[in-house]
Amino acid sequence: MHIPDAPRQDSLYFTYPVFPFTRPVEMDGERPLHDVVIVGGGPVGLVTAIELARHGVRAVVLESKSSVSDGSRALAFSRRSQEIMHGLGITTRVQAKALSWTEGRSFYRDKIIFRLSMPRSAEERFGPMINLQQCYLEKFLVERIADADLAELRWCNQVTGATQTADKVTISLDTPEGAYQLDARYVIAADGARSALRETFGLRMSGASHEGVYLIADIKIDSALPTERHAWFDPPSNPGATMLMHKQPDGLWRVDYQLREDQDPEVELQPERIKARIQSHLDLIGETAPWELEMSSLYKAHCICLDDYRHGRVLFAGDAAHLVPIFGVRGLNSGIADANNLAWKMASVLSGGSADRLLDSYSAERRPATLEIFEQATKSTAFMTPPSRGYRLLRDAALSLALSQPWAGELANPRQSQPYDYADSPLNAETDDDAVFTAGPRTGAPLADARLTDGNHLLDHIGPGPTLLGFGLDKQGPDLDWPGVKWPGVKRLAVSRSAAPAPDTLADPHGHLFERFGATEDCCYLIRPDGHVAGRWRTYDPGVVEAALQRLFAA
Amino acid sequence: MNTPSSLSFEDLERVYALLAETIDGLGPEREALFLSKLTLVLAQALGDFETVTRAMDTARRDLD
Repeated sequence: MHIPDAPRQDSLYFTYPVFPFTRPVEMDGERPLHDVVIVGGGPVGLVTAIELARHGVRAVVLESKSSVSDGSRALAFSRRSQEIMHGLGITTRVQAKALSWTEGRSFYRDKIIFRLSMPRSAEERFGPMINLQQCYLEKFLVERIADADLAELRWCNQVTGATQTADKVTISLDTPEGAYQLDARYVIAADGARSALRETFGLRMSGASHEGVYLIADIKIDSALPTERHAWFDPPSNPGATMLMHKQPDGLWRVDYQLREDQDPEVELQPERIKARIQSHLDLIGETAPWELEMSSLYKAHCICLDDYRHGRVLFAGDAAHLVPIFGVRGLNSGIADANNLAWKMASVLSGGSADRLLDSYSAERRPATLEIFEQATKSTAFMTPPSRGYRLLRDAALSLALSQPWAGELANPRQSQPYDYADSPLNAETDDDAVFTAGPRTGAPLADARLTDGNHLLDHIGPGPTLLGFGLDKQGPDLDWPGVKWPGVKRLAVSRSAAPAPDTLADPHGHLFERFGATEDCCYLIRPDGHVAGRWRTYDPGVVEAALQRLFAA
Repeated sequence: MNTPSSLSFEDLERVYALLAETIDGLGPEREALFLSKLTLVLAQALGDFETVTRAMDTARRDLD
């Protein structure tokens, strides 16, 4: 019998909900074959469930806990993640709670050496970065699922085993009322860093683990400091260490600091020790308000991932597939991108519109994204926590130079998460005119947002299926249905130079969109359901676009 | 590395002495940091990756 621990009730800011166990049909003699079962009700699992619902698939989500996650977890969400969340229908809830930020400062000892600035563009609905505690995100996702009955959430369901055949996956579960099994055509493993499914199937992640242990603490303090990313190298308050501070909603601050090799992690985890070190830092920055400790834990940076994110009928997403260092806010942002990439493919395969091999492209696209993250994160981590004498010497040289030379300060740039372009994807159009364009998102990249003349945004008009964005095509092109595919059809979205164009056509009287997308008359972009560009052409040719759609959907 | 921009022998001698005296003045515990900083500054001033890596190869020769 699996009875999850009750969620903590002593949080200084968050009331953890308790979700009851509900007896599933399998425990009363039924044995339906579910289309897709998601293991893990964390943010990646929940985002995947809502994405699947957008594409017409109702998933079963299995979660071993009875509440949302606690602890110091994901915190910062990129613009791309905010755009994806917008599509999930949680923007109002998220933006009402989250803190938006565009600036950061890095210090060497007590002097500033680098200013991070991520300008907010009027073209885009969202700012470059928001901070929001993961527990809030999970709560909003659960509320969204419950409000619109988008998926079946099964709380208090712990996976104890799984097997698969050519046709289905069978999962064994333990619950407060005993064990049962369920069957699914496909399983999405979003069960986190210690994935039970990864373990069950004997899959190993490989890569590198970095030196250096960090202590992560969340504190509650009524501080007037702005919402910015602050980093200190070798601050007088904690000589030899690197420290980070991030503001969170509800007066919480995330404080990360590196433990030196001569510091025993167990000793450092004692509340009195943590309080002393943080107080010493607050003194340094002139912060006098009283504060309390919400949570603390140890952290070590890893760059490890599975060799293939697909294992037969099981697809791994988020931390279950890859662990990346926290510096640069790439962890959950890349998990959200996984969900966004996987859901439409899964839905298309389940509907019969696409061959099963479309799911191979999930790993083919997302694993290179992980490897690019590793490359960026390894540089950041080597700067934050130099792995050798040589790296430490050069890091210290750069920091010391940065006090007088701004170019050296660039080496302290935290390289914040950037969306990955699927430039080499097998789904990209075989022949397109990408190389000829001088502006606009390239093939494989996420579609850039743009502000429309009515004040709305271009991205609101894209999806949930594939979208064909045609410039000057309002003069009526041939009908482009999607023969032989049970997909809800291709949305045709024309951009017109006319000030008052036909309905479902975007007015672009000043040629703003034409310019932003490097477009000329008859030019078109094919947009994937996940918002990435599948191909772009100078001249609209239905046959060529049709071929690109067939390739995109593995039809 | 005989390029048109080579130092005159007089200037080379001056750099040689200046570097020696600077290292003596800094003491052994700051010498590595100073030389690393100096390398970064010179590389930045040179503005050419290939020249920097060639210089590193040259400096690495015959260390023992």
